[in-house]
Amino acid sequence: MKRPIYMDYQATTPVDPRVLTAMLPWFTEKFGNPASRSHAYGWEADEAVTNARKQVAAIIGADPREIVFTSGATESDNLAIWGVAQFYRDKGKHIITPTTEHKAVLDTCRHLEADGFEVTYLPVGPNGLIDLAQLEAAITPQTILISVMAVNNEVGVIQPIEAIGRLCRQKKIFFHCDAAQGVGKIPIDVNAMNIDMLSISAHKIYGPKGIGALYVRRQPRVRIKPFMHGGGHERGMRSGTLPTPLLVGLGEACRIANEEMSRENTRLLVLRERLKEGIMGQMTHVFLNGDPVQRVAGNLNISFSYVEGESLMMAIKDVAVSSGSACTSASLEPSYVLRAMGVDEELAHTSIRFGLGRFTTAEEVEHVIGIVVGAVNKLREMSPLWEMVQDGVDLSTMKWAAH
Amino acid sequence: MIYLDHNATSPARPGVAEAVTAAMTAMHGNPSSVHAAGRRARQLLDEARRAVARLVAVHESRVIFTSGGTESNHLAILGVAEAAGCMGSILTSAVEHPSVLMPLERLESRGMRVIRLPVDTHGRVDPATLERAINPDTRLVSIMAANNETGVLQPIEQIARLCRAAKIPFHCDATQWFGKRPLAIDEIGVDLVTLSAHKPGGPKGCGALIVHPALSIVPQLSGGGQERGRRAGTENLPGIAGFAALADALAGRIEEEAQRITALREKLEDQLLKSVPDALILGAGAERLPNTSAVALPGIDGETLVMTLDLAGFAISSGAACSSGKNTPSHVPLAMGLSPESTRSVVRVSLGWSTTEAMVDSFVPAFQRSADRLRQGSAFA
Repeated sequence: MKRPIYMDYQATTPVDPRVLTAMLPWFTEKFGNPASRSHAYGWEADEAVTNARKQVAAIIGADPREIVFTSGATESDNLAIWGVAQFYRDKGKHIITPTTEHKAVLDTCRHLEADGFEVTYLPVGPNGLIDLAQLEAAITPQTILISVMAVNNEVGVIQPIEAIGRLCRQKKIFFHCDAAQGVGKIPIDVNAMNIDMLSISAHKIYGPKGIGALYVRRQPRVRIKPFMHGGGHERGMRSGTLPTPLLVGLGEACRIANEEMSRENTRLLVLRERLKEGIMGQMTHVFLNGDPVQRVAGNLNISFSYVEGESLMMAIKDVAVSSGSACTSASLEPSYVLRAMGVDEELAHTSIRFGLGRFTTAEEVEHVIGIVVGAVNKLREMSPLWEMVQDGVDLSTMKWAAH
Repeated sequence: MIYLDHNATSPARPGVAEAVTAAMTAMHGNPSSVHAAGRRARQLLDEARRAVARLVAVHESRVIFTSGGTESNHLAILGVAEAAGCMGSILTSAVEHPSVLMPLERLESRGMRVIRLPVDTHGRVDPATLERAINPDTRLVSIMAANNETGVLQPIEQIARLCRAAKIPFHCDATQWFGKRPLAIDEIGVDLVTLSAHKPGGPKGCGALIVHPALSIVPQLSGGGQERGRRAGTENLPGIAGFAALADALAGRIEEEAQRITALREKLEDQLLKSVPDALILGAGAERLPNTSAVALPGIDGETLVMTLDLAGFAISSGAACSSGKNTPSHVPLAMGLSPESTRSVVRVSLGWSTTEAMVDSFVPAFQRSADRLRQGSAFA
């Protein structure tokens, strides 16, 4: 079977061979439990953990002591938001987050609402970005936490993290940033950006699945109520045996991303612009979702008028892409992110997210352009609506008979 | 260096690292994605779920993959307690792992009552005591299958029967039992079972909670709807594939390996008691895991003994790995009636799949030499 071209790098990424090589010895030869303080197997594992912690800290300008390892960004988001809310619940019970956050953030906020917290879900503009004035206006004396993602997983837009951080610091509100899609893609400095907590995922940056980290600021100190106790790992913030091979993988993934980010972004931007031009330049009634400039190099999200979403997905099945986000793509609901941006339901249904990454080639991009343009043209040829549009009928003025 | 600390963790068994590697290199997809890469990932996930389910004799729909034993214990205990509105009481034992005791403490601070049943001098909970402690407001019983520090087995079949009769969910932390003895969950009748992959030689960062279908639990990680809404987060596919490889490696071979390791352990204890006659094997009077020996040596500091043996090339531990390096004496020997002083002398030797007879043979003389030297006060002379 010929493998489809993988253009879904925001859902997950293949493990970089260098990452895999770094991980392998830690399964079989150097298998010790890093918490074993009494023998060399434990010590060497602990050393590897220390090194990984440094590598993770380096990519966000943090101190290694501020890194808490978790099972992934979902856990990091849950731990950050729930943990701060519970620890500081006597200080205030108001949280602000945009409507376009990942479900891991939104669902945690929903649970807190059931627990007596008030959550303001901040709208976004048509470009997917939040409005700072609106954010500031939403702050109340009760606000303890603002959680805004660095980069949106569906449309790739980059939120104004530095300005949000400045505002939060000035108002003495904790700032959590879900950077699962941001780390390794855009420069992040937790100090320059005044970020108090930041979620990291390994499998989005060519590291292994099942591992992530939460950055928790020490100065000024942020305290969180842990939800996994027992064993006292991770300075009491997160218990459970540390999976050494996965940590080594996360560390190495961060190291590589850190070193190669700017070169890789330049390369990806060329490919992304070519893909955009190749598709949008050859067709009308095609719309870019999300800000054209404030977005990561590896994301292109396009909606196609006058085709049906499901048929389009079938027609381009030689390309692994997603419509909406991976976590919700099995459902038929149109993307809540696009809906929040004001994209109408029809267009939300025909949106395709092209995720480009480290192993995407120029040939693949050309190939995908051909497949997508061919598929859309073919589907439109079969569409009576498209025919009417070609004949100059303005569909918005049409009256449809009930049937 | 000879590794005799398998209750802390084990090296990956043959086939495990390969399965993890294969999943990392061949399976690009996120199991939630609908494209072919995602569907392949989903298929691998489903197969792995079946392999793990088969090994513990339950239907695959009962398996919730987690990041490990600690998370499974949290999900079981907090999930059941929150479904009960955090009211009523929970029965547990005094010798549970901290990842059981800590969420229970948290529930106590939220108003639940936690009753910690004592153990006898062999480390066992008395089912009759448990039966008497059950009352109409009991919402959960959480008792481990086998103790991590001593290897002592709890009478989980009897406990399961009592719980079933009283219609109370029974959670069993089987982290140390899993892979060392056969585990037929449905036959025993346990409602929630915690499994960890890395203890018997699977990958770290992966575990499972086996949940009875009739039981509703409140998820502890939200956002994404994975694991039928019971545990959010992109599935750790390589870890889960490694877990399945572990299950395949163990299938049909647990008894045989247990016999081999029991024989090694018996040899180790026989020789050890001959060469250090005043050593005390904790839980020797009870049924134990095949692989664990917790040894108390009057007049010796366990931590120092462990360090001395490390210098001599043997990796063992004093108490549990997660709390090693701490100064508080372990709660387990204390609960069995040992004095704080004797408790500080306890060291744990735990064998595993990669342990050979030659390792055991070389260990005992080293143990004796180290113990003798410490008693003469010249460990580092």
